[in-house]
Amino acid sequence: MLRDEDRIFTNLYGIHDWHLAGAQKRGDWSGTKDLILKGRDWLVEEMKTSNLRGRGGAGFPTGMKWSFMPKASPDGRPSYLVVNADESEPGTCKDRDILRHDPHKLVEGCLLASVAMGASACYIYIRGEFYNEASNLQVAIDEAYAAGLLGKNACGSGYDFELYLHRGAGAYICGEETALLESLEGRKGQPRLKPPFPAQCGLYGCPTTVNNVETIAVVPTILRRGGAWFAGFGRPKNNGTKLFCISGHVNKPCTVEEEMGIPLKELIEKHCGGVRGGWDNLLAVIPGGSSVRMIPKSICDTVLMDFDALREVKSGLGTAAVIVMDKSTDIIAAIARLAHFYKHESCGQCTPCREGTGWMWRVMERLVKGNASVEEIDMLLDVTYEIEGHTICALGDAAAWPIQGLIAHFRPVLEERIKTYRAAAVARSHAA
Amino acid sequence: MPKLTINGQEVEVPAGTTVLQACQSAGIEVPHFCFHERLAIAGNCRMCLVEMEKSPKPVASCAMPAADGQVVKTDSAMAQRARKGVMEFLLINHPLDCPICDQGGECDLQDEAMAFGFDRGRFQENKRAVKDKNFGPLIKTQMTRCIHCTRCVRFATDVAGVSELGATGRGENMEIGTYIEHALTSELSGNMIDLCPVGALTSKPYAFVARPWELRKTESVDVLDAVGANIRIDTRGPEVLRVLPRLHEDVNEEWLGDKGRFAIDGLMKRRLDKPYVRVDGKLTPASWAEAFTAIAARIKGLDGSKIAGIAGDLVDAESMLALKDLLTGLGSTNLDCRQDGAKLPAERAGYLFNTTIAGIDQADVVLFVGTNPRLEAPLINARFRKRYLMGGFKAAAIGPSLDLTFPVVQLGEGPEVLADLADGNHTWIETLKGAKHPMIVVGQGALAREDGAAVLALAHRLADAAGVVRDGWNGFNVLHTAAARVGGLELGFVPGAGGRDVAGILDGAGSGSIEVVYLLGADEIDTSKLGKAFVIYQGHHGDAGAARADVVLPGAAYTEKNGTYVNTEGRVQLGRLATFPPGEAREDWKILRALSDPLGHKLPYDNLAQLRQRLIEVNPRFAHVDEVVPADWVAFGAAGPTGAGPFVYPIENYYMTDPVSRSSPTMAACTESLRATVSQKTGTNG
Repeated sequence: MLRDEDRIFTNLYGIHDWHLAGAQKRGDWSGTKDLILKGRDWLVEEMKTSNLRGRGGAGFPTGMKWSFMPKASPDGRPSYLVVNADESEPGTCKDRDILRHDPHKLVEGCLLASVAMGASACYIYIRGEFYNEASNLQVAIDEAYAAGLLGKNACGSGYDFELYLHRGAGAYICGEETALLESLEGRKGQPRLKPPFPAQCGLYGCPTTVNNVETIAVVPTILRRGGAWFAGFGRPKNNGTKLFCISGHVNKPCTVEEEMGIPLKELIEKHCGGVRGGWDNLLAVIPGGSSVRMIPKSICDTVLMDFDALREVKSGLGTAAVIVMDKSTDIIAAIARLAHFYKHESCGQCTPCREGTGWMWRVMERLVKGNASVEEIDMLLDVTYEIEGHTICALGDAAAWPIQGLIAHFRPVLEERIKTYRAAAVARSHAA
Repeated sequence: MPKLTINGQEVEVPAGTTVLQACQSAGIEVPHFCFHERLAIAGNCRMCLVEMEKSPKPVASCAMPAADGQVVKTDSAMAQRARKGVMEFLLINHPLDCPICDQGGECDLQDEAMAFGFDRGRFQENKRAVKDKNFGPLIKTQMTRCIHCTRCVRFATDVAGVSELGATGRGENMEIGTYIEHALTSELSGNMIDLCPVGALTSKPYAFVARPWELRKTESVDVLDAVGANIRIDTRGPEVLRVLPRLHEDVNEEWLGDKGRFAIDGLMKRRLDKPYVRVDGKLTPASWAEAFTAIAARIKGLDGSKIAGIAGDLVDAESMLALKDLLTGLGSTNLDCRQDGAKLPAERAGYLFNTTIAGIDQADVVLFVGTNPRLEAPLINARFRKRYLMGGFKAAAIGPSLDLTFPVVQLGEGPEVLADLADGNHTWIETLKGAKHPMIVVGQGALAREDGAAVLALAHRLADAAGVVRDGWNGFNVLHTAAARVGGLELGFVPGAGGRDVAGILDGAGSGSIEVVYLLGADEIDTSKLGKAFVIYQGHHGDAGAARADVVLPGAAYTEKNGTYVNTEGRVQLGRLATFPPGEAREDWKILRALSDPLGHKLPYDNLAQLRQRLIEVNPRFAHVDEVVPADWVAFGAAGPTGAGPFVYPIENYYMTDPVSRSSPTMAACTESLRATVSQKTGTNG
């Protein structure tokens, strides 16, 4: 279990003061100027040393991402940092706690990350529904400006830096980095084609890096304590600490900072008071927000919570939002609800996702009742493969995976449901 | 020049091409819907997915720039699977109402489904239905068929320059529409029908009229403006059912203005299908012989100076030459093809669009003088907009304020601004001088006025002062509105020695010194000024000219004859006969040839080939079909005082400019919808 002195988010539960004074008491904004003065190369190298992988779900190495940003701007285009605070992944509530209880970590991180990539301005795109979070964050930004930590000559380092907060309007797809940029520019939130990647042509056609809130918020602590310190946690390539959000059928759902690679069982038992009705009552877990394949109890017994371990079991760490389902769950209905979510949130731009998500949801709805034929299970699986990898952005994949997970692990349940429905139908027709 | 391997075949393509285009250049077909060469890349249909080495997922070839060393497979299992899946998704919510769909037979979705589709449907759910939108009188919508390729949206936004179309809603509820329902306000909207790969946008006037395989296709040119857009005329029996653009990179690319496309229903309305002679003040049907006798009786023995001829806007060069030869034979020098009274000079550089339409692509600064190209030549305006989108382009205008779909600086309204510029008293001259490839476009609004010749001279002076004409670049342009005009000027259908121009002819007719006026399709003159003159009208529509005529000779419209037209650039193009003229109407040069006999001045040509030979004799440039022969930069215009009034643009209503479009019910509907749109813009009704 992670020791208290190794926790980065020391006010995760909001029991301390989140304002500037409180944050400074907890160590934020200390020595920021010195860190800036060490220069962007040192900053990027330190991040590479830390092995931090993006916390938004894809897990791309952050230091490497930053190093893609151009060193010089021959054509005069500025560089931008955009922070993705559009946290809408079902089950995920980690960025929210940072935004409302520890906003200064993010604000300071924005400054340091921007220095590291030569960005003079940073935009934070926050989910529209996060009203209180946006208001706290704005207060934190205002406090930082007032204290001279942001703006011209930020922290007295000679670096000019502007930070803007922008509120979204409630579309899940705007959490996709290029759709977020479109939305930020004032257009309909639809993902862009890649290439070009944002690092070459992003916000307003300028080099841009889009990072998750948690990724940026851990930056100041990593830089202060050293990349090696952060790399000391977890398994190789899966280092550091991570916020886990556990929801569903556990006794005490919570968001908690833990070492990467902690066994799932330990995470649930230690921090959440165990599964409702005991470990043996566990049915399945979706370990990384709704967009990854679920894992049944047999895998949950031993699996470790990091990127590579979960990929090995054909799931993913995603946003590390652990959705726990005990045996009282109608697993088909649960996945049908997710299918509806993706159908509702598909932007409609590209064909497989626009047409496929609705199709999958409708078949899932019938499967909930059992009003289908067994062959349709294979057809549904085939449809998920027709969507997966064929879309502009990853929403298509995210819509396909939960259903693939369901069919992979709970096919007998689906077949049973169909059989029951048929039997009842036959009985009804006899009665009539 | 990136070199890549496609299906084992090595291909070298120019830098900047996409993988899809590289495949096409290698002769490999990659199915696609949203991709279109002339539109921005959207990459949303996903039909063009191909397998690429080092990429775990198939890539959209339309959006992937071709790069050195790429290894592409278009028919691997991965690519085929992806394609089949996308095709299935496109079809699950597509209504499959092909038997009652106007796109049937020329539908991309139908064709690709044949080639790449699956033979059975697996979709058991209900299909989506979408409420139809009203896009105005030209475009019929059937939005349930829409596959959301956004070609129409990209066309409207980029090419047409009206941001009226867009997608609303999300996911499967996404709909293409105008946000608030209204008719599209673009003069190029018909092109969306061609662009739509399915039957979501079809032609409203052509709805349920014919199947594509029933149509006879004739390649011709459009004459309803002076651009000379290349068209294909689709006919069934005697009727022209539709007109589609043909590809010509230097003229219309692959677009066509709405007038050229939709005014054709005017060809079946208000037609002159038999000769008429005025008896006791009333036009009565007559035979050709009677009509000719009536003309001969009036003309024989009359002094040539009392006879005059005016050629209209839609006339082919052959008939103008025949009329010129006939009137010259009769001793008349009173000829004019400039029925709007524009003071166009005899010097070629003074009446041509010298830069050429394709030359616009290189221009960086343009000054419009008394012209609204959006209404006078929408395709040229679209070319300017295309140039504007490439960046580094400045435009200014002299004339009442304009909306050209790109930013234009308004310098003033009348010739005095032009004088200031020419004299260097206006700062904008520096922009013109500093340009690499400057253009001046003088419109008929600047020339069709009393001081037209002086304005033209001023424009010439400005062109010299700003160095608009330089080595290898002639930036001086005249934009015409009539397809016949340049042809008429090229063959010298202008007053000869001592001859009268249009104003002179009308004055003469009023005062009695002109006794016979021959109107060859001339309807845009003030016929009330013709006084007591004996008027012969030869043309195809019962318009202003025919109403005033004493003898009406029924001629052929542009779709009914083989004729030569010269566009505003001086490009000689051939129009072709697609249907025969109605009733007793005949091709125009044949009428003149037949009339010349009873008049005693038999024209020396018996067939079209001989007439064309005569045309080349008169001006050898007519031999250079589809070529632009550059004009020498010489002095033209007549320096003199200019008037004070502002320029008035020649076209107020794009949809009604000539006898054909004035007879067209579709154009009438467009005019009405335009008025409705304009009247809504009072600013007080919400």
